[in-house]
Amino acid sequence: MPTTVELAASLEVRGVELAFGTNKVLRGVDLDVPAGRTACVIGPSGSGKSTLLRTINRLIEPDAGDVRLGGESVLAGSPDVLRRRIGMVFQHFNLFPHKSVIDNITLPLRKLQKLSVEEARAAALEQLELVGLSEKAESRPGNLSGGQQQRVAIARALAMKPEVMLFDEATSALDPELVKGVLGLMADLAQSGMTMVVVTHEMGFAREVADQVAFMDQGVVVESGVPDQIFTAAESPRLQQFLSQVL
Amino acid sequence: MDIWSTLNETFLDWGSMKAVLPEMLKVGLVNTLILAAASVVLGTVLGMIVAVFALSRKRWLRWPAKIYTDIFRGLPAILTILLIGQGLSPITRHWWGPNPYPLGILALSLIASAYIGEIFRSGIQSVEKGQLEAARALGFSYTSGMRLVVIPQGVRRVLPALVNQFIALIKESSLVYFLGLLASQRELFRIGQDSAATDGNLSPLLLAGIFYLVITVPLTHLVNYIDKRLREGRPTDTVDLKEPAYADNR
Repeated sequence: MPTTVELAASLEVRGVELAFGTNKVLRGVDLDVPAGRTACVIGPSGSGKSTLLRTINRLIEPDAGDVRLGGESVLAGSPDVLRRRIGMVFQHFNLFPHKSVIDNITLPLRKLQKLSVEEARAAALEQLELVGLSEKAESRPGNLSGGQQQRVAIARALAMKPEVMLFDEATSALDPELVKGVLGLMADLAQSGMTMVVVTHEMGFAREVADQVAFMDQGVVVESGVPDQIFTAAESPRLQQFLSQVL
Repeated sequence: MDIWSTLNETFLDWGSMKAVLPEMLKVGLVNTLILAAASVVLGTVLGMIVAVFALSRKRWLRWPAKIYTDIFRGLPAILTILLIGQGLSPITRHWWGPNPYPLGILALSLIASAYIGEIFRSGIQSVEKGQLEAARALGFSYTSGMRLVVIPQGVRRVLPALVNQFIALIKESSLVYFLGLLASQRELFRIGQDSAATDGNLSPLLLAGIFYLVITVPLTHLVNYIDKRLREGRPTDTVDLKEPAYADNR
């Protein structure tokens, strides 16, 4: 593959806190992802991983702390403009079912980046080519397999030329035989120099692809480091216990 | 048989039907279609506004929409038509004279918009939360995300219910006759009724009924067709669940 990553930016999460009512979901999260690197976030359900991703692109506004994209705080400007610089891929794909595959990709290009119909189409076809689904351009998402849908969702995000990509359990809703194709695409994207934050339960992927793994539990990063250290020399008892359950 | 000849005279007086047929076609059918079409358009536009207000996060938009819906859905149609058609005519008389026609359309539209608003609201609410989230993650504003992604899907899901509402509206358009129409403004029911009174039999009303069915029955079949297509997808779009190999060449 794949794509040419033009403008991967660094990402710094500093002391991010968030509470839903009295329920403290994030309690001072720190995460550093240098430009072009991949960080995997692992941890038990309810540890705040997905919420953390959503505070990075301000789908949820953090109560305290800061997120810096390319050294600048994301909290300063308009969230709508910020989100055009950050691609996000969801567990349930969230393609727009009333639009064809190609229109899913061209819609934001035309409406947000103001490309002409032809320019948008060309850019979309280029991305579809990269994820190996050019021949599905005119299909409806509902007629694609889960793996194909997720690759379209990745193409849709990449077409916006993001500086960072966020993956929220991108393979959790897939049938086992479809997981590999999507993980392979994500690995290639990491290889090509995209800055990525990947929330995942795929420990194999975290181990092989991540430059850095962060283990979250109860709203904080309990331990982080290179994959080898996390998976073979875990220090904290909570991480050791978690790994004993999932590996 | 005495009964049969009585029924025959009452309902199947061909001469009476034939006499009223031209007027029913040229005046009655045209007026019914105008009343129905105008209130379908106005009712749908108002209904969408009511739905968007009802779904707003702002209470001062939500509450008026709820009260509006409660009132116009809760009143008998005939009462709303009389209150608006007669009650507002002293005011509107300055604009278009004592013509009850526009106020009849307005009343029908207000009633319809309360139902249509609820239909739209339920459709829009049924769209998964992830759709708006995905649109927003791409950089769309809340308004653009609703307009481009959520509302089109919601509307599609309630098309059958919407067409049912249009059918109800075509039938209810007959109620404007209570406002007192000019001869040239009479719709199907009123022409049938006038003619029935003159001829002393109900055949013209039966003819009016046939006209209503000619309009509404195809629409009910349209509902069934849309419903089927929404559930089964377009016949041309073939399902392909094969996973073409993604070249895993890292």
